[in-house]
Amino acid sequence: MLNDKDRIFTNLYGQNDWRLAGARMRGDWNDTKAILEKGRDGIVAEMKSSSLRGRGGAGFPTGLKWSFMPKGDGPLPRYLVINGDESEPGTCKDREILRHEPHKLIESALIASFAMGAHAAYIYVRGEFYNEARHLQFAVDEAYEAGLLGKNAAGTGWDFDFYIHRGAGAYICGEETALLESLEGKKGQPRMKPPFPAGAGLYGCPTTVNNVESIAVASTILRRGGAWFAGLGRPNNTGSKLMAISGHVNTPCVFEEELGVPLKEIIEKHGGGVRGGWDNLLAVIPGGCSVPLLPKDICETVLMDYDSLRAERSGLGTACMIVMDKSTDIIKAIARFSQFFKHESCGQCTPCREGTGWMMRVMNRMVEGRAEIEEIDMLEQVTRQVEGHTICALGDAAAWPIQGLIRHFRPVMEERIQTYKRQHGGVQIQVPAGTPVVTLAAE
Amino acid sequence: MSDVNREQPGHFEFDEISEAEITKILVKYPPERKASGSLPLLYVAQKQMGRQTGSAWVPVVAMDRIAERLEIAPIRVYEVATFYFMFNTKPIGRYHLQACTTTSCWLRGSDDVVAACKKATGVKHFGETSADGLFTLSEVECLGACANAPILQVDDDYYEDLDGPRTEALIEALRRGEKPESGPTIDRLGSAPQGGRKVLLEAAHEDPASAQGERSC
Repeated sequence: MLNDKDRIFTNLYGQNDWRLAGARMRGDWNDTKAILEKGRDGIVAEMKSSSLRGRGGAGFPTGLKWSFMPKGDGPLPRYLVINGDESEPGTCKDREILRHEPHKLIESALIASFAMGAHAAYIYVRGEFYNEARHLQFAVDEAYEAGLLGKNAAGTGWDFDFYIHRGAGAYICGEETALLESLEGKKGQPRMKPPFPAGAGLYGCPTTVNNVESIAVASTILRRGGAWFAGLGRPNNTGSKLMAISGHVNTPCVFEEELGVPLKEIIEKHGGGVRGGWDNLLAVIPGGCSVPLLPKDICETVLMDYDSLRAERSGLGTACMIVMDKSTDIIKAIARFSQFFKHESCGQCTPCREGTGWMMRVMNRMVEGRAEIEEIDMLEQVTRQVEGHTICALGDAAAWPIQGLIRHFRPVMEERIQTYKRQHGGVQIQVPAGTPVVTLAAE
Repeated sequence: MSDVNREQPGHFEFDEISEAEITKILVKYPPERKASGSLPLLYVAQKQMGRQTGSAWVPVVAMDRIAERLEIAPIRVYEVATFYFMFNTKPIGRYHLQACTTTSCWLRGSDDVVAACKKATGVKHFGETSADGLFTLSEVECLGACANAPILQVDDDYYEDLDGPRTEALIEALRRGEKPESGPTIDRLGSAPQGGRKVLLEAAHEDPASAQGERSC
């Protein structure tokens, strides 16, 4: 468990002043010049030594990503783009950075941009975070006024501009190339890769896209050293991470915790325990809705980090967990995600555009039990046909929750179908009067 | 189609407030990349409609003005305006009630929030506007504040940790022309656990005055 002295986000709840004066008291903007004096390579090496993995969900090593930017100074401008399109159901961590630690983010953006040779950073903040973007803009204005941004930012000799761009309610823009499209003023439809953004990103220029949290921790890592950060957590799963608990716990909240701590301990400590006690737990979705759920028996022992959750065929994702107690209709909970993905599919790739709608309709019948047992297998097959057959990972994300449901709760689905058959009589699916008869082929 | 034509105004010009905002927006992007301004300018137009007519939406003629300003084809603006969920392409009520019903909110009682919205406004289905023109109710996907579920977003502000009665009280207050403070509707600081935070307990530079003043966000 993380001690207060090792916390990066010390104003997580906005209990103190989030503006420049307060941020300076917490150590932000303290001799930023000294950090930049380590040089580009020095900064990237320090980040690599921290073994920080991307905090947006995919867990790609951040230092390594920075090193993909072209060496030296090319003819094209370069950009750092910060992904603040936090929209994955269950996830609410970057919001706290934007509204309560904006200066940590801005200072870290300066450091990161210098390390990759960028003179400008854009942050893409989801449109609904209007007040969060307002806080951030206030902090940016303060920083310009204090000489921390603009020409010779913070006296470092590096010119640096920081711009806020608001999204407008499209989950897909959290995908890095869709985000770039959106930033260029287009529909948020993902691009084919390659070329990767480090080669041709924003406006066709070398670009690195990082999650808000991945950037915001950089200033602290460089002040306290990569070794300090790597000393927290477990090998390959280092450091502390912002996490959140929502759903059926006594005290839902956002908090910073060390990776590699048992999931159960986290729920007990931060979440105040499962509503009605631990034995009332049904399942946990550990990191945003696209990672498969974990039934109670796995939750007893699993550790909260990338590799441990992966070993259970789930994932850390954004580390913002959704806890469900025994009163939950687990099929309906997952069906709601299917509705989400159907709503958010950009419509570009056929397997996803058609598949998300198909999966949603079948899942909605599964909630009622108005289905055949074999359709569970068919549903599973269709998820496999969507997964991996699309430009971006939204298709995968739509498939995984359903696969997790079938893997762990198939008996519940079967029972639901049996019950429906018993109540409505007959062996074949009986469609209640008034509802249109839809055959599978037509769907 | 005739309905569409009836509600579409024939004329739109940016007012002074909007022009000042546009100037600030366009300096963010390289001059030859002005198209980046399409999302921000759609917001500017939507806000202006809200100021001028009490209904924050973007008529086609405003999209045309944006296209001219950004030197792009009008279709580029139309497709953006219709792709993104937050641009209203038809008139809405004075207050836009956006209820999150995704799983985290649903687990904590978003059904009660939605029912309260319907009861207090008389709206029967999502997407409808109340008879008095004050409220439009929309179902939205995850608002990204799940630790404070369930959430109702009213225009730009989040009202958090709601239940049925508090939602009804909120809507009644809006009807009276009041604007209740946004944020948690229970005794709670931001996303800290109810009953007080369990970490960050050192009060080294605690400054409750400033924290208090900004609880709304």
